[in-house]
Amino acid sequence: MTVPTALLRPGRTRTLAAFGLATVLLLLAPAVLSPFRLDLLAKFLCLAMVAVGIGLAWGRGGLLTLGQGVYFGLGGYLMAMHLKLADAGPGGVPDFMLLYGTGQVPGWWEPLRSPVAAIGLILLVPAVVAGLLGWAVFTRRVRGAYFAILSQALAAAFAILLIGQQQTTGGTNGLNGFRAFFGYDLADPANKQMLYLIAAAVLLVMIAVVRGLTASRFGELLVAVRDQEDRVRFLGYDPALVKVVAYVVAAVMAAVGGALFVPVVGIISPADVGVVPSIGFLIGVAIGGRATLLGPVLGSIAVSWAQTSISEQFPSGWIYFQGALFILVVAFLPGGLASVTGLLPRRRSAPAHDDGGTGTEPGTGLAAEGNRA
Amino acid sequence: MTDTPSTGQRAELARPHAAPEKRGTPDDRPGTPAAGPAPRATPPGLAGADALLGTDTTRFRHDYLEVRGLRVEFDGFVAVRDVDLTVTQGDLRFLIGPNGAGKTTLIDAVTGLVRATGSAAFGGSELLGRTTHRIARAGVGRTFQTASVFEELTVLQNLDIAAGARRRPLTLLRRRTTTPPAVEQALETVGLTAQRDLPAGVLAHGQKQWLEIGMLLVQDAHLLLLDEPVAGMTQAEREETGQLLRRIGSQRVVVVVEHDMEFLRSFADSVTVMHQGRVLAEGTVAEVQNDPAVVEVYLGTPAEPAGDVPAGTVPAGTVPADAAPADAAPADAATREGEPR
Repeated sequence: MTVPTALLRPGRTRTLAAFGLATVLLLLAPAVLSPFRLDLLAKFLCLAMVAVGIGLAWGRGGLLTLGQGVYFGLGGYLMAMHLKLADAGPGGVPDFMLLYGTGQVPGWWEPLRSPVAAIGLILLVPAVVAGLLGWAVFTRRVRGAYFAILSQALAAAFAILLIGQQQTTGGTNGLNGFRAFFGYDLADPANKQMLYLIAAAVLLVMIAVVRGLTASRFGELLVAVRDQEDRVRFLGYDPALVKVVAYVVAAVMAAVGGALFVPVVGIISPADVGVVPSIGFLIGVAIGGRATLLGPVLGSIAVSWAQTSISEQFPSGWIYFQGALFILVVAFLPGGLASVTGLLPRRRSAPAHDDGGTGTEPGTGLAAEGNRA
Repeated sequence: MTDTPSTGQRAELARPHAAPEKRGTPDDRPGTPAAGPAPRATPPGLAGADALLGTDTTRFRHDYLEVRGLRVEFDGFVAVRDVDLTVTQGDLRFLIGPNGAGKTTLIDAVTGLVRATGSAAFGGSELLGRTTHRIARAGVGRTFQTASVFEELTVLQNLDIAAGARRRPLTLLRRRTTTPPAVEQALETVGLTAQRDLPAGVLAHGQKQWLEIGMLLVQDAHLLLLDEPVAGMTQAEREETGQLLRRIGSQRVVVVVEHDMEFLRSFADSVTVMHQGRVLAEGTVAEVQNDPAVVEVYLGTPAEPAGDVPAGTVPAGTVPADAAPADAAPADAATREGEPR
């Protein structure tokens, strides 16, 4: 009981310290890691962005989003389309369209020629899709496993749609072979390093946003909706609206992760957006600890890193390892690895400790202490 | 000489008391040192309640709940039929009846949780057909049989959420920096000031129910529908709750579903008895107790399944001596009945 409460309102100094540490570590990475490893880390950070959003929607809001691949894919494909058009030059046609398509750029690709429009659409399209879908689903009180199945079916449908539209989406191959990112040559290691720093900065901003939301009244309301949806309704709130907001935020974060994933990795294909990657996003969050702030991020990065290193050693062993890890965590650590700290014997000082968060009521901690004595 | 049957009826009416008494043990959790064992130290500040209730009474001064021809049907089973009910401000109304009489369903219908036909109006506006959260915004608040508070959130956060349904989105996205005055008052009224930063999940059962009443107060509900508000409370807590409800009832429209007959006799202004989905009787406590139809329902007829009496209890005829709860003082109750309202 103390762990979630303590994490609802962590002390400000502790949070700042954690942020400082994370920033230093992320800034040190380029100096320590080889360009290849740094590229991998940048990719992990992009995947972790999806995890941050899932941590909010699932950990805080109880929305088991098994289809974040859809939003990751929307962001990724929009970015990839822009990069393809930019590579082709003004009025040019992307190479794969000449191979498989009519040799004409379809009308719905055209707005993405402008970099500003591309960035705007990367944020807007997932938000609108998630908003409409969320509204339709949550006002009909679809929840729990039904919502999970629905979102997963959506991810499957999205992947199938992409595969079927080879002339305009590249089909199974996806979109790849990007040469430049907003004018910067992607073959240049310095630019790759810049991409890494952008990803690190964006991730930190996202964590800060989720922390702000969690500590806000909205964050409290979200937890209330997760635990007692009907009670919230009887207080005069529309829980569907609260859920939609959390879902949209998670969707936009997934989309931004997808958009940065494209220049970092150099390819986006249906294999990155379907059911399997959608579940993969969730596993990192579950292992790290979904209800905590940093659990999803660290869990996601750790799982990505383990996947890479284990796959290097045992090319087909990862999938078994991943399954076993997931089962172990769900069975023995439902709160994720982050809850391990709560199991260790430590100062039990929940109320007094919490006061660092607001600092409005200096007497409260003492009162609680006195009550306990 | 009429005394003997009347006592018998009272004892019969007191039978359902056995049910709440059974789960009377407060839901203490020994592992939580701060809240569990410590009884609520502060008695509820009725002055605080006054301050809370004192705001904005003129707007709803003449409001009343008016239910006409209400009917609720679940797949062919009619849970509530042709119910007419009028409750005015200043009339602390108790709703009683055996299990399955439709009391909770009636509340569910008024608050939009189940679909119903007929009419239920409060403050001149129709409630049926509106969504639950809009009904809540129209000033209707309710509690549930099982105290439903947000267990992972603190007492303060619970009350703050209850106070905030009309907050603007930008306010919601900000952190709570100060405690709203209404929340502060409610904390005092329900005697949970010392527990304000504890997660609501560690509170004792009675405290959770107090918290729920506090949430209704800060929610600014003007029609309060309370489903067994004193279940699991100690005698002293019941007394405090009753006083508070009476205080609230003078300024708001209050309907209480309750099985505790001692509590009912002490605090009800009027009683509506429901049976098999219909209103069986309505009137003062004395009137209802002397109503032959009510007596028959509570004595139990062959058609009436066990009702509120838990399975395995003694047969109806022997109940009076056995089932009268230890804390129910018939003499005391009798004098209370005589009191002018």
